[in-house]
Amino acid sequence: MSEEMAQNELEAVAEVVTLRKRFGDQVLSVTQSVDCPVVTVARESIVDVCHFLKSEHSYDQMIDLCGVDMSEHPSRAEGDARFLVVYNLLSIELNRRIRLKIGVNDRDLVDSTVEVWPTSNWFEREAFDMYGIIFKHHPDLRRILTDYGFEGYPLRKDFPLTGRVEMFFDEAQWRCVYRPNKVENRVLIPKAWPGVDRG
Amino acid sequence: MAEIKNYTLNFGPQHPSAHGVLRLVLELDGEVVERAESHIGLLHRGTEKLFEYKTYQQNIPYFDRFDYVSMMANEHAYALAVEKLLNIEAPERAQYIRVMYAELTRILNHCLWLGAAALDIGAMTVFLYCFREREDIFDYYEEVSGARMHAAYFRPGGVSKDLPEGLLEKIQGFTERFPGYVDEYETLLTENRIWKQRTVDIGTVDREAALAWGFSGPMIRGSGIAWDLRKTQPYDVYDRMDFDIPVGVTGDSYDRYLVRVEEMRQSNIIIRQCIEWLQKNPGPIKVDDHKLTNPSRASMKSDMESLIHHFKFFSEGYHVPEGEVYAAVEHPKGEFGVYLIADGSNKPYRMKVRASGFAHLQALDYMCRGHMIADVVTILGTQDIVFGEVDR
Repeated sequence: MSEEMAQNELEAVAEVVTLRKRFGDQVLSVTQSVDCPVVTVARESIVDVCHFLKSEHSYDQMIDLCGVDMSEHPSRAEGDARFLVVYNLLSIELNRRIRLKIGVNDRDLVDSTVEVWPTSNWFEREAFDMYGIIFKHHPDLRRILTDYGFEGYPLRKDFPLTGRVEMFFDEAQWRCVYRPNKVENRVLIPKAWPGVDRG
Repeated sequence: MAEIKNYTLNFGPQHPSAHGVLRLVLELDGEVVERAESHIGLLHRGTEKLFEYKTYQQNIPYFDRFDYVSMMANEHAYALAVEKLLNIEAPERAQYIRVMYAELTRILNHCLWLGAAALDIGAMTVFLYCFREREDIFDYYEEVSGARMHAAYFRPGGVSKDLPEGLLEKIQGFTERFPGYVDEYETLLTENRIWKQRTVDIGTVDREAALAWGFSGPMIRGSGIAWDLRKTQPYDVYDRMDFDIPVGVTGDSYDRYLVRVEEMRQSNIIIRQCIEWLQKNPGPIKVDDHKLTNPSRASMKSDMESLIHHFKFFSEGYHVPEGEVYAAVEHPKGEFGVYLIADGSNKPYRMKVRASGFAHLQALDYMCRGHMIADVVTILGTQDIVFGEVDR
C-alpha cells in the first residue's frame, strides 16, 4: 500500500505531470530514488526533454552527465540497453534536482545536449572517452582524459583494471613505447553479496 | 602587405602557473587570446575504475586524492552518499565534528588558493603568509587522523575517532587569531593598486553564463547568484549554523577574490559555533552498528563478537543495498558530488565523481577570449583549479 502511495505521490510531482502530458509514451518510467525523482525517457527525445525542462521548469544547470555500463548489473533484464547516460539536473531558482536517464546500445547515437547547456560539452566527451557512447551533433567529440592515442574504453566492464598496455622508455629509439601489459589483476577481496555462501 | 598569421603557444604542462599539469594551447593574435584549448587528463589515474574493484571502506582514501588541497570536503560527499543509501545518519557529535573540519578545510583550501593565485599574479609575500596558517590547520588534521593531508577521517556513519583532549582549545585559539590574519592578507591585496589592475574586469562572467557553464561555489556567487548548498540544501548540522553567504556584483576576478576572502571569515564563525557545541556535548562519534563501523579497539580485545565484526568489517566490508543516489556538498571549490550506483554487494557498481573544477576549467576558453595572454594566468588562478579533481 505504502509503495502505491509513494508512486502516486511521485506521479503528482510537477515535472512528472508535465513531462507525461507533453511527451506521452516517450517517458518510459518514473521512479523515486533516495534523493530525487528519476525519469527514464526514450533516447530519441532527450534533447527535447532537456529543452522542455530548462524552459518550463528552469532546470538551468546541468550538474553532471555520466555513462554507466549496465552489462554486469544484477537487476538488468534481458533486452535492456547495455549503457545508460545519466543527466543530473539542478534548478537553482526552484532548488530542485531531477535525474534523467536514457538507455544506449553499442552503436546507437545519442543527440548531444550541448545546444541546451554548453557545459555538456566536456561531460559528453568524457562519456565518449570512457564508454564509447557517441554523441551526435557534438561540436568536438574527442577523447579527453585518457592519453593521446589511447585505444579502448576503460570504464566498460570488459576492460581489465590493469589495462592492456604498459609504457616504457626505449633506450634504442630514445622515446616512450607501449608494450602489452603483463601485470595481472590481483583480487584480494572478492565481490560478495549478503547471505551468499562462499564455501 | 605581409600576411599576418595567428600564433599558437603551448602553455604548460610544466609552467608553474598551470597549477600542476594543465596543457593549454593558446591561439594568439598579437598578445590577445583568440582561443584557449585545454588538454587535460595528464593526472588521470582511473580512480572511477578502481572504485569498482574496492570495498566501500577501501574507497575512502581515494577521495582525499581528488582535490588534494581540501581533503576532508571530498570525503564528506562520499560519506553522505553511502549514508543515504544505507539509510543511516551519523550521530550528532560526529556531524558537528564534520562541519567543523569541513570549514577548517575551506580555510585550508582558500589559503592555498589565495597564496597561489597571488603568486601567479606576482605578489610573492601573500603566499608565505598563507602557508603559515595552513601549517596550523595541518597540525589539527594530524592530531585527529594521524595524517597531515590525506586524513581518511570522515567515514560513512560518522568519523573515525573522537577528538583528542585539548584539541578544541587549540582550534579555538586559532579562530581567535585567524580574523587578524585575514586582515593581514587584505592589507596586502584588497586595496593594492597592482592587484586591482590585474583582477578588476578580468574574466567577467555574467549570471546567465555562470548558469549555462555549470558554475558552482565561489564562482557562481562571484557572479551574483546567492547559491550555497550549505544554506539551500543543508546537510549534517549546517541548518543550525548562523553564517552569511558573500555574493559578488560584477562577476570578475576581483569579485571572486572578495567572495573567497569573506568566506574564510564566515568559516571561522561556523568553526566557533561548532567548538562551543562540542565542548558541552560529549557522545558517540559513529553509528552503533558494528556491521557498518568498526568496533573499538578495547572491545575487540575482550569481546568475541567485536573481534568477528572487526575482521568482517576490514576484510569483506559492508553491503550497501541496491539503489542509486547523488549526494553533493558545498566543497570549497564548488559543488562536489558523488553519484553512486550500488548493486547490493560490498563494492560500488559505479561511482561518478562530479568535480566542480571540471566544469570551471571548461569555461576557461569562454572567459579568456579577448583577454591578454597575462590574464590567462589570472583567470586560471581565480578559478581555483586543482588537477586531482579535474582529471580524477
